[in-house]
Amino acid sequence: MNYDPLQALMIILVVGLVTFGTRVLPFLLFPAGRKTPEFILSLGRALPPAMIGMLVVYCLKGMTPMAFPYGLPELLAVALVVLLQRWRHNTLISICGGTACYMLLIQGVFV
Amino acid sequence: MQEKIKALKAAFPHTVPVLLGYLFIGIAFGILLQEKGYGVGWAVLMSTLIFAGSMQFVALNFFAGGWSLLSIALMTLMVNLRHMFYGLSMLDLFKPLGNKKPYMIFSLTDETFSLLCSAQAPQGVSRSWFLFFIALLDHLYWILGSLLGSLIGSVLPFNTAGIDFAMTALFVVIFVEQWQSMRNHIPALAGVGASLACLGLFGPDRFILPTLLLIAGLLSIFRKSFDQEVRES
Repeated sequence: MNYDPLQALMIILVVGLVTFGTRVLPFLLFPAGRKTPEFILSLGRALPPAMIGMLVVYCLKGMTPMAFPYGLPELLAVALVVLLQRWRHNTLISICGGTACYMLLIQGVFV
Repeated sequence: MQEKIKALKAAFPHTVPVLLGYLFIGIAFGILLQEKGYGVGWAVLMSTLIFAGSMQFVALNFFAGGWSLLSIALMTLMVNLRHMFYGLSMLDLFKPLGNKKPYMIFSLTDETFSLLCSAQAPQGVSRSWFLFFIALLDHLYWILGSLLGSLIGSVLPFNTAGIDFAMTALFVVIFVEQWQSMRNHIPALAGVGASLACLGLFGPDRFILPTLLLIAGLLSIFRKSFDQEVRES
């Protein structure tokens, strides 16, 4: 521990408050009682697929396409998840299958 | 009471992927915090009050020293700016939630957001309690994971390397489902395209902010070309 408990608590409170701030700001700017501008509503409808796309890329940002293992474990496991999901439409099967495949690949194949 | 139990039962299956992901990422967080010299009480406190996966990993660096509270606040703002976009998407969904709304906003993580995007309350189940329990269960998994990591992390009997891929897989699954339910793919393609372009340009540590700006710009410019179809899906 580098900090005394009070300082550590301050750090946690600052991180918590700012995090909450980023989550609550849209609701303060566009309160439920007033009419939200149509532009914002249409942006809000289009954002989910764009954000999920960004999160997928964010999760894969550590890949090394130019060096061993060339991003292969990630790409193979993601491909398996896509195939499983399109085939069975069962979220659990897709996630467990993809995760098991990825663990096998990085622990046993691409070492 | 009956109403709540029904909603809890309906919500639980939707949260299982996050249960897997949060337990293991939470365990990893608990282990790392322990290594910094902050034990189980701190892990539970952070996961309860902050509840932001990637941000808590960044916050580990704050405890190493050399950060002013102002720079901590700015860093947190940068890392979590994407949450503003989640709020924008939830303005409508959260409108009828009444006194549950503040907690729903507080607990709007990447993973809870992605579940709320896709999960539909079954017929006859209270929608507001259904959404609330998704958020609450996720929060509890996260607290439990960091608690376990702090207590038993170093003695886990099997090699857990790569288990955090569960989170990636969850986002891929939701991406596939959204892709198939949407007639217009411009928003999804804008998200992936902008992220890849900015990742290439700015590198893995600082591409989120430019990505957010680029996505907001692209969606605003091309709004007319997809809005009708997005509204109908």
